[in-house]
Parts: sequence; structure tokens; C-alpha cells
Amino acid sequence: MSGNEAQKTSAPAVTQATLVKKARGKLAYKPADVSPQRRLQRRYTMRLWSVRHARFLEWVYARFADLFLMLHPFWNAIGYARAERPVKFVERHVKGLMFDCRMCGQCVLSSTGMSCPMNCPKQLRNGPCGGVRANGHCEVEPDMPCVWVKAWEGAQTMRANDAILAVQKPVDQSLRETSAWLRVTALAAHERKNTSGTAA
Amino acid sequence: MTTRPPQIDENPAGVDLPLEPLPGHSSRGRLERVLRRGEFAVTAELNPPDSANAQDVYERAAVFDGWVDGINAVDASGANCHMSSLGICALLTRMGYATIMQIACRDRNRIAIQGDVLGAAAMGVGNIMCLTGDGVQAGDQPGAKPVFDLDCMSLLETVRTMRDEEKFLSGRKLSTAPAVFLGAAINPFAPPYDFRPLRLAKKIAAGAQFVQSQYCYDVPMLTEYMKRVRDLGLIENCFILVGVGPLASAKTARWIRSNVPGVHIPDSVVKRLEGAENQKQEGKRLCIDIINEVKEIDGISGIHVMAYRQEEYVAEIVHESGVLKGRRPWMREAGADDALVAERLDHILHDNASEKPVDMVKNANSE
Ligand code: SF4
Repeated sequence: MSGNEAQKTSAPAVTQATLVKKARGKLAYKPADVSPQRRLQRRYTMRLWSVRHARFLEWVYARFADLFLMLHPFWNAIGYARAERPVKFVERHVKGLMFDCRMCGQCVLSSTGMSCPMNCPKQLRNGPCGGVRANGHCEVEPDMPCVWVKAWEGAQTMRANDAILAVQKPVDQSLRETSAWLRVTALAAHERKNTSGTAA
Repeated sequence: MTTRPPQIDENPAGVDLPLEPLPGHSSRGRLERVLRRGEFAVTAELNPPDSANAQDVYERAAVFDGWVDGINAVDASGANCHMSSLGICALLTRMGYATIMQIACRDRNRIAIQGDVLGAAAMGVGNIMCLTGDGVQAGDQPGAKPVFDLDCMSLLETVRTMRDEEKFLSGRKLSTAPAVFLGAAINPFAPPYDFRPLRLAKKIAAGAQFVQSQYCYDVPMLTEYMKRVRDLGLIENCFILVGVGPLASAKTARWIRSNVPGVHIPDSVVKRLEGAENQKQEGKRLCIDIINEVKEIDGISGIHVMAYRQEEYVAEIVHESGVLKGRRPWMREAGADDALVAERLDHILHDNASEKPVDMVKNANSE
């Protein structure tokens, strides 16, 4: 043990991480982006636009949710399960374009300043990690503005600017790749029926 | 078993046993008692060994003996692989140390984490610290799969539910809940600065009872943060420990600044180190100066010393800064049986005495 110790103190501090980093340069192909998830993402221009217009989008979404709820009899008639496919298709493309949506199926955009938290490499849903760079960029991907710095900016402009303070439940992975719009609508319809049921 | 008078915060029946539960305390550990008594607490970070030798852990813990109230067992910090925090805690709790087990969400999913929490609590780990963890790209195995199934906030809430409502995340009942004191990390030195105090509020709402901060080298910034924390009324519900540590040289400072995400080192600090003759000494002095400034801030309940690869200085730093005010934290002492063996070791090894009962009877008869 003591010999071991002596060696450790005399040798210059070469950590395993340094060795790995050195070796990485020798690899034939070094991908430019850091996390694989990043390679799936679009450029974030649209995402930044959405965050800047968070208040407007909040208003739009409120109208939109009402409309969907109004259509509840229609969804019911064709069956939520059957509506899932086409609605999901539209949702994926609309939200994909605006927020670079990852289809987690349990949308929290209204509580995150219209900045999709699933684009955070750590998929944090409750606020920024401790590694945000001084310039507001992400620890993992130095060229990307931290999702949560943007979320905070977006939330400031929104009407419900304290929604970002709610503690979010962990992601239910079994709901991935499903339509959040339909789920929210079905839940709201259910709630409406319950409250009107108790009122009557 | 212990013949010596028991130390403060020690179970007289054995150092490795949990303490008497006290009303209002959620754990049966030493750290919570120290904090709730209103004493200025000191915790330190153990540099986890890259070995399967228990002795390595004990040696690294021994340098903190009598100087700290809790030892952080890090969970692959910086995404570098080391002995696991659970393993370190298993070894240290046996010896009676108060451990703070860190759990990072990077490596395990909710199933594994909840199981580990139960195991740790059963071993006598009194404090659990919930972290998100650094990204895998930062460490020695960037090809690993990042898990991040929970985040620090939902992890806090999960463990709190297990403790207070005695059930798993799924709602399944536990027959004995883990009695743990819950911790989290804060970083007042990273953007978005306005959000940081609110994020602490969020962590407290999720279950954090104490927090340890990232390295503090910018006291004015911390003061500003603490002002907002006090205004939010958070110091009543949470103990705040400030992270401090000596910088080995100006070069290290610069390296850390550009390579370790989330550590903020102002230029003045680097300048001060550069100007010094003995940079290592100056780094230590700087650390003590920061501690002296920090301990005066209203709402700070302790310090967390992270002296990476300079652990042997922790005792000096704590002593010279005088934060303990003459108090001596729990210190490992040999048990009565070990003391007895140590006392007689010379005799046993060198006097060649036969101590077999048969021989002893024979000797007695022949006399
Ligand atoms: S810096 Fe921001 S985007 Fe990057 S991992 Fe941390 S919270 Fe996520």
C-alpha cells in the first residue's frame, strides 16, 4: 500500500480521463456532436423563436386545447385509439418543428417556458443542472444554449410564470411515442364529466 | 462492550449501531443531530479508491478523523469510474463513520435506485444526497449509456415518499421505511442566476433537508444568493453547507475553470495564487479566508470541504479556520477488544507464549 502511495504522489497526475481523451484523437472518425441525441435534433433556431414567443404560444395553446376538448364527442365517436395515429402524426410534425419535440407523450411545455426539456442531454424536467456554462450554454453540448436557461427566459414572459416552480413527476417511459394532445383532452373530458356529475 | 466512556452522538452498544431516534429527526445519524443542535457542521469528500481493497477506504477516511461530522461517498463524480458509493458506505458504516451517500441519476434507473436506498438505510447510512450527476461525456467512459431515468428533483421526492409514506414510487408498501436525512446539491454560481434560489425552494419542496453547494470561490456572489434565499424564507427549512476547497496552483485553477463544468473561479483568485511564492500554501490560505467569510453569512450551517487529492489538508484547514469552535466531532477509537489485542500484541507475537487452554491448565497444574 505504502509503495503504491509513493508512486501516486511522485508520478504526474495523469487521470484515466486524460488518457481516454488523448486516445480519442487517434480514432479514425470523431463525431462532431457530443451526444447521440444531438444528432437527431434540428438546428435550434425554431426552438429559440418559440421560447421568445412563449406568451403568444401559451395563448394559442389554450385556445387549441379548448377546441380539442370541444371535439371530444367527435374523438369519442371515432374512438380515441383510432384517432391516435393521425393526431400523433400531426402533433409530431407541428411540435417537432416548433419545439424539436421528442414525443415523450406527457407534454410539460406550458411549465417549461415553451422549451422542451427532453432536449436537455440529461432530460431534466425540473430545472437546470449545476453545470451550465457561464455563457448560458449546455455543459454537455457547448454549442447549444442550455434548454433550462431558455426555459427560464420563456417562463418570465408567460402569464403562468410560476408554473416552472412545480415539481414534475419522473417521465413515464411507457407513454413515449403517444399523443399528449389526446391524453390531455381525454383527461379534461373525464374531469368535466366528473365535476358536472357531482354538481348535478 | 465499549469500556471507554461513549463519545457524544454514539450508540453505547456499538459504534456501528444507529443512534436513539429523537423527536423531529428523520434519521438516526450523527450529522442531523449536529445540524439540528445548531452547531456549525463540517463535512468532507472522500476520494474514492480505484481498488477493491477495504484498507484503502479506511486509510482515506482516517485522515478526517475527529475533524468532520460526515463523509461524502461520491457516486462516480465527473462520470469517472471508482468504487461505488454504496460500497464505500458499507465499509465506513461498519466502522461507525457518519456517511453521506450520494446517488447520481446518471447510472441507474428508478428500480435500482430505490433498491439501493433500502439497502443503504439498512446498513445504517443516515444521509442520502440526491444528485443528477455529470454527463457521461465528461468522464473516462464516454461510450456509456446515460440513464437519467429520474432527475435530482424526482429522486428527492421518491426517497421522501419512501421515508414518509412508506411506499415505493409505484405505491407498493414498505414494511420498514428508510430513515434518512435527505440532501441535495446547489450551485449558486451558474446561470440562470435568478432561478437558482427558486430552484433551491423547489428542492426543499421535493424533500431536501440539507444542501451542499458547489465550490465557492466568489463570496460576494454567494452573499447575493443567500440574501434571496433568506428573503424566500428557505433557511428555516434547510441547512446550507457551502462547498470549499484548496486550489493547488494557479494552473490548476485555470484548468478547473475551463474544464470542470459549473465551477466558477473569479480572476482575482487566479491572480492571488499567481502572485504567491508558494502557491499550494496560498491555496490553503485562500480556502481558510473563504471559510472565515462564509461562516459569518446568515443562514450558513456548515461547510463541505472538497480537497480533491489534498485530503490530508482538511484537518489543517478546519483547525486553522476555527469553525469547530473547540468542538471535536466523533472520532474513531479502537473498540475495547481491539485495544486489548493491541496492548497485548507484543506479548502474543514475541514472547512465544502458548495460550491454548490445554497448555494453560497444564501450566497451572505444574506450578
Ligand atoms: S446545461 Fe442545461 S441543457 Fe445541458 S444538461 Fe444541464 S440542464 Fe440540460
